[in-house]
Amino acid sequence: MRFAIPIVVLLGLLALFAVGLTRDPREVPSPLIGKASPAFALPGLGGTPPQLANADLKGRPVMVNFFASWCAACRNEHPLLMQLAKDGVEIIGIDYKDTDAEGLEWLTRHGNPYRVVAADAQGVMGLDWGVYGVPETYVLSPEGTILFKQIGPVTEQAWREKIAPLMGRAS
Amino acid sequence: MVDLNVMGIRPLGRVSFVAVVLGVLAVLLSTGVQAQTPGLNEAQDTRYHQLISELRCLVCQNQTIAESNAPLALDLREQVRRQLAEGRSNEEIAGYLTDRYGDFVLYRPPFKASTALLWAGPFLLLLAALWWAMRWMRNTRAPVVRRRDIDEAAVQKLLAETRAALAAQDETKT
Repeated sequence: MRFAIPIVVLLGLLALFAVGLTRDPREVPSPLIGKASPAFALPGLGGTPPQLANADLKGRPVMVNFFASWCAACRNEHPLLMQLAKDGVEIIGIDYKDTDAEGLEWLTRHGNPYRVVAADAQGVMGLDWGVYGVPETYVLSPEGTILFKQIGPVTEQAWREKIAPLMGRAS
Repeated sequence: MVDLNVMGIRPLGRVSFVAVVLGVLAVLLSTGVQAQTPGLNEAQDTRYHQLISELRCLVCQNQTIAESNAPLALDLREQVRRQLAEGRSNEEIAGYLTDRYGDFVLYRPPFKASTALLWAGPFLLLLAALWWAMRWMRNTRAPVVRRRDIDEAAVQKLLAETRAALAAQDETKT
């Protein structure tokens, strides 16, 4: 009985740690989930297509993937993106803070999983969308609402459990 | 004494030593003087430095965007500078950033349901500690006996018994 209070306090702390320590402090939840995707207009990477804007992403669910040729973690998710593209999943690429030449060279070397690639050389769209590191991937509804944000590489598990259902796919 | 020549280090002459010290001083002093941020007037510049020292860099999470040189921090500083130059208020700029990055960008998050424990937690802990300390002090204090709680008859009886016992002891000795 003497030790009842300390034991309760200890158990409480352990419970807090059990939850807190499994979370990744580097993952900052996006306040944009459930909101309309911020407006943007970007030139296509290497001049094709002429321009990409919000209206181009409406009408069907799409993934918007921020990547860069200088980004090491982007290499990790690339094979999965290639596989998804082969299965007909529509992924829009945003080449973040990169030069067109290096971005194009990277896509030539590793393969291009994107239906369209736009160049965000200054990171303007990235800032507006709350990107703080690449890769980051947004899932947009047909109405252009942001449904989900993957911070860091898209993993098999993230695709299967979170993204596929939103993209209207049975993983 | 260590012979610097043996270690391959040539001791500096007095003149060059003074030059080095002056050089270091000049560098230290020059960083203390801040150039005014381009495109901002003096009042805006003050607000600029105040704002960027209260915004968190999301890449290097324990630094403000004023301290950090991460590319994202540069972008956020530039964004703050541009919006100040456009005449936006501090609240509008903070709102722009929290709309995109959440309350986490603010080093002083607003008080609301999700941050209540963060703000009130330390005070609650202090109250709990005070309560516990008071309880502990009360329990360890010597008990207070009040006059009216004493059974006078019992005391007198005990005294009489003790005296009788002592007298009996004295008699056996003599």
